[in-house]
Amino acid sequence: MDSTRTRSGVGVSGSDRPRLARHVRMSFCRRRQRPILQLPETVVVLNNSGAAILELCDGRHTVAEIVAALGARYRTVPDDEVRRFLTHLAARRCVEFADG
Amino acid sequence: MDSPFGLLAELTYRCPLACGYCSNPLNLADYTDELTTDEWRRVLVEASELGVLQCHLSGGEPLLRRDLVQIVAQAAEIGLYTNLVTSAIGLSRSTAERLRAAGLDHVQISIQAEEPANSDRLAGIPSFQRKIEAMELVKELGWPLTMNVVLHRHNIDRVAGVIELAERVGADRLELANTQYYGWAWRNREALLPSRAQLEAAEVVVRAARQRLRECMEVIYVVPDYYSRYPKPCMGGWAARQLTVTPNGDVLPCPAAQSLPLPRASVRVDPLARIWAESPVLTAFRGTDWMPDPCRSCDRRELDFGGCRCQAFQLTGDAARTDPVCHLSPDHHLVARAVAAANPGAPTEDLPLIPRPHRVRASRRTPTAAPPRR
Repeated sequence: MDSTRTRSGVGVSGSDRPRLARHVRMSFCRRRQRPILQLPETVVVLNNSGAAILELCDGRHTVAEIVAALGARYRTVPDDEVRRFLTHLAARRCVEFADG
Repeated sequence: MDSPFGLLAELTYRCPLACGYCSNPLNLADYTDELTTDEWRRVLVEASELGVLQCHLSGGEPLLRRDLVQIVAQAAEIGLYTNLVTSAIGLSRSTAERLRAAGLDHVQISIQAEEPANSDRLAGIPSFQRKIEAMELVKELGWPLTMNVVLHRHNIDRVAGVIELAERVGADRLELANTQYYGWAWRNREALLPSRAQLEAAEVVVRAARQRLRECMEVIYVVPDYYSRYPKPCMGGWAARQLTVTPNGDVLPCPAAQSLPLPRASVRVDPLARIWAESPVLTAFRGTDWMPDPCRSCDRRELDFGGCRCQAFQLTGDAARTDPVCHLSPDHHLVARAVAAANPGAPTEDLPLIPRPHRVRASRRTPTAAPPRR
């Protein structure tokens, strides 16, 4: 558990292996028909590509692999958009990075 | 009209503590006819169908409800994210384990100050040590932990100690919340309001801690709105994102709104969806149409929603006025006067705090009668 870190406001590199923070839960809101992230005191409503990125944030896939997978699925999701999204979520402590 | 994201389920206003900054209503006796387990189950299902995703189980002290585990289990079963907001008095190992098994997601534990004597004095009972043990238990059982401290004149000078304590117990989040003046806190406002010098010193400490701890703890600082230029965006707008159900089943946009002269809406009488959509207590200040000037023509009207309706009512007697915290409010002198009284030159240093009672005897009022209005 101590081998993880969150990096507020720091960019992510291609070799990082992101995963959802322990206290964050991803689910689907039927009422709103949107994927969501649940945190203490907060709900983040996601779009479909955001949810697709986070489904791959399992601590095993690297950022580079996630970018490649997303690129294959959605032609319109460029590399730096994935990084920006993950950086933003890391700053909000939704995502953390497994070391190594 | 949007769907609400969060339900604040105020399960009971009974509490083992007697904090003078409590935001519970003064008329505690009107809330003793508490919803049953089955009524809460129905409320949770109706809330979920309405779009609620998060359920904050609060009070009073929610652990005083003997059916808390059943209520948590129901919330978890229908997929709500559950957050227990507690003093931790009554959080024994066996209760904690049963709550964990029932699916409770997150625990927030309050502390009154960073060391036993001051904390116990403010709480009204010896409680500090039990709270620390409960925080360690929460971490041991693998829950994310938020430590919450309400800041005021009597503890804000020691905020550095609070932060150290949060680090020591391994809190994931630390909520440093300046007192909001509702209920018992409103009654104790003069005794609680810190001076500008106290706030400025505390904010230096908080900023430094946020920077230092950014990789291991989220530090939330709830600003003291009496010292702000603009009002807080109260509840993200009236009945926009949150709703409250009180111990006796009244539905409100926020707990403080019980003080407003609006007709009651109760889950015992109507379905939650209809109340959310149609009940005057939820529609009265929704959106921006109700706004007077200066809000009506203000660029910030969609940022702060005119501030807090309950604060406007408390200070001016009219809930539809601009929150007097705003420096543009024609009533701002009411806040400025309170602030002046809390700063050097004023004779109101160190007034005693009136403790809130732990519990009150059941009201003789019939459950269908309207609560008194101020």
